[in-house]
Amino acid sequence: MNPMTGDPDQGESKPASAPSHSLRHAAGPYFGDYGGRWMPESLIAAMDELNETFEAAKADPEFIAQVKDLNKNYSGRPSLLTEAKRFSEAAGGVRVFLKREDLNHTGSHKINNVLGQALLAKRMGKTRIIAETGAGQHGVASATAAALMGLECVVYMGAEDTRRQALNVARMQLLGATVIPVTAGSQTLKDAINEALRDWVANVGTTHYLLGTAAGGHPFPAMVRYFHEVIGEEAREQIIAQAGRLPDAVAACIGGGSNAIGIFHGFLDDAEVELYGFEAGGDGIDTPRHAATITLGKPGVLHGAKSYLMQDDDGQTIESHSISAGLDYPGVGPEHAYLADIGRVHYEPITDTEAMDAFSLLCRTEGIIPAIESSHALAGVLKIAARKIAAGAVPEETIIIANLSGRGDKDVGTAAEWFNLIDSKAKDAK
Amino acid sequence: MSPVSKSGAAIAAARAEGRPALICYLPAGFPDVQGTIDAAVAMAENGADIIEVGIPYSDPVMDGSVIQDATVQSLAQGFKVAQVFDIIKGITSRCSATVMVMTYWNPVLRMGVDEFSRRLAEAGGAGLITPDLVPDEAAEWMEASDKYGLDRVFLVAPSSTEARMKATVAASRGFVYCVSVMGVTGARAEVSDAAAAVVAAAHAAGAENACVGLGVSQRKHVEEIGAYSDGVIVGTALVAALGDGGVDAVAKLTAELSGRAVSA
Repeated sequence: MNPMTGDPDQGESKPASAPSHSLRHAAGPYFGDYGGRWMPESLIAAMDELNETFEAAKADPEFIAQVKDLNKNYSGRPSLLTEAKRFSEAAGGVRVFLKREDLNHTGSHKINNVLGQALLAKRMGKTRIIAETGAGQHGVASATAAALMGLECVVYMGAEDTRRQALNVARMQLLGATVIPVTAGSQTLKDAINEALRDWVANVGTTHYLLGTAAGGHPFPAMVRYFHEVIGEEAREQIIAQAGRLPDAVAACIGGGSNAIGIFHGFLDDAEVELYGFEAGGDGIDTPRHAATITLGKPGVLHGAKSYLMQDDDGQTIESHSISAGLDYPGVGPEHAYLADIGRVHYEPITDTEAMDAFSLLCRTEGIIPAIESSHALAGVLKIAARKIAAGAVPEETIIIANLSGRGDKDVGTAAEWFNLIDSKAKDAK
Repeated sequence: MSPVSKSGAAIAAARAEGRPALICYLPAGFPDVQGTIDAAVAMAENGADIIEVGIPYSDPVMDGSVIQDATVQSLAQGFKVAQVFDIIKGITSRCSATVMVMTYWNPVLRMGVDEFSRRLAEAGGAGLITPDLVPDEAAEWMEASDKYGLDRVFLVAPSSTEARMKATVAASRGFVYCVSVMGVTGARAEVSDAAAAVVAAAHAAGAENACVGLGVSQRKHVEEIGAYSDGVIVGTALVAALGDGGVDAVAKLTAELSGRAVSA
């Protein structure tokens, strides 16, 4: 079908452990009608090189051992699966378990992918990595991996975001990275990706583009998922060990969709496990200010892949909005578009208000400050629980896992503003 | 078997005069719709063989800041994709230049590849130059361009392998667009040495017409590149001229590039 991507037999090659009807380990370039490589010819050779390097690495025990070692001894994996008992009470008594990606080094799931891709960059002999970042999580993770492996690192970040996330800019700089504010377009994540792609075109000989989400042209969606599959594989083993069975539902937040595809992967072939992806509903999907790409978007191409996309009737990308910078992206990974179309995963919007209510609830019931991104998954859990109970499920026999994809330290400023904490403090001082 | 190529004919006519074809770019709706038409006509009257009208797009990853700024302005003024067809009609009603459209792929996909192609042909457009569509993903466009007799210009780059060069040349009609440098659009003082190698590789892969773009801004570039290629593509320098000095400046620069006296 696609003789020029350099991997004609990929569609057929699946690990022996997966049955032929399996949804796991889909190799790309296509996921149903989605995916592919809608990008400039100048970059195709680099994408081919990356794909060949990735395919060879996956089959190389030494590489697999390197990734395992870094995951265990650097990131701190496996991450815990914590039963959130007081949060569960607020969720009507269903049993809620949290997959604690917030406990990884650098504070989110992002580290899984950056370590893997930085290793591949070294294998390709590249000396420089570039990355895009919205809130700064992926930028910090990339700067971390670069420092660890002795690579030069340049991070593109919307100028608007560099002002909102000044501390994360400082973190990246402390780690030795150069942060370039992007003033083009809407000055947010999508424009940071555009600028990173422009850099990559000009410097592709020495530079690897360390894309932070399961989107982009082939092999990025399949590759980023591969490095995050560990989330779902651990969660599946842990829930069986702790609860004695598979969960009834798994919930994750979706921006580009990397944490979600990682945890879903472990359960895709377990038909009895319902999977839910929660998109950023912003001010509400009846307003123009949201990032509910699958809920309201239409198929199109952006940043190298065909997928759902927030676009106008002319095919111009619509600017997204979310209180969570990490979900503030008008596209979504192509594998999610496919899983939505076949009905395996349910995608729903969560508003800023719903997310912040769930954020507050987790802080006060569990002593865990979640990332605002992850709070969308927590708000989703409350909805799933209410529906299941209304449909007659016995609460204490219902198990839901939420992927707590990151910690909320970076969001304290936003949350303090949202809950008027700074104003009241100022008043108290008077 | 394949339709007659309008851009191929324009390049052949230039070749018959012993010179490379001059291909001039400007973005649709910049400085406004009428201004695009007027500037394009001025280009045609001053030596442009092919006019390349770019559709402004929200995420132009192959463009540098000059073209980005112009397209941002066009979109901010409310430019709609369908207006590109009015612009083509406006140009072709006033001069005989061949008009191509350069576009990122999503606006075409959104309108529908067949519908876009039908309207492009109906407006008198010669075909499409597609900076972010590679032949691997172009099945629908191959079909529509055959159906409506449109040229399809794909890009080749210094990084293109021999196999990809062959496949891309085979998929193209009219000419292949040789990217002179690994980078985005923008005027450069010198045109990269890589350009000659890309053109040679395209010719070796069977391209009848290999034209060079990216970084070309001066008459001396046209002469240098024209010595080994079939056409020279100028964008950023003309967009900057249009922004700074309006239609007169475009006429003057085009005349300079083509080595002629200015004609009003």
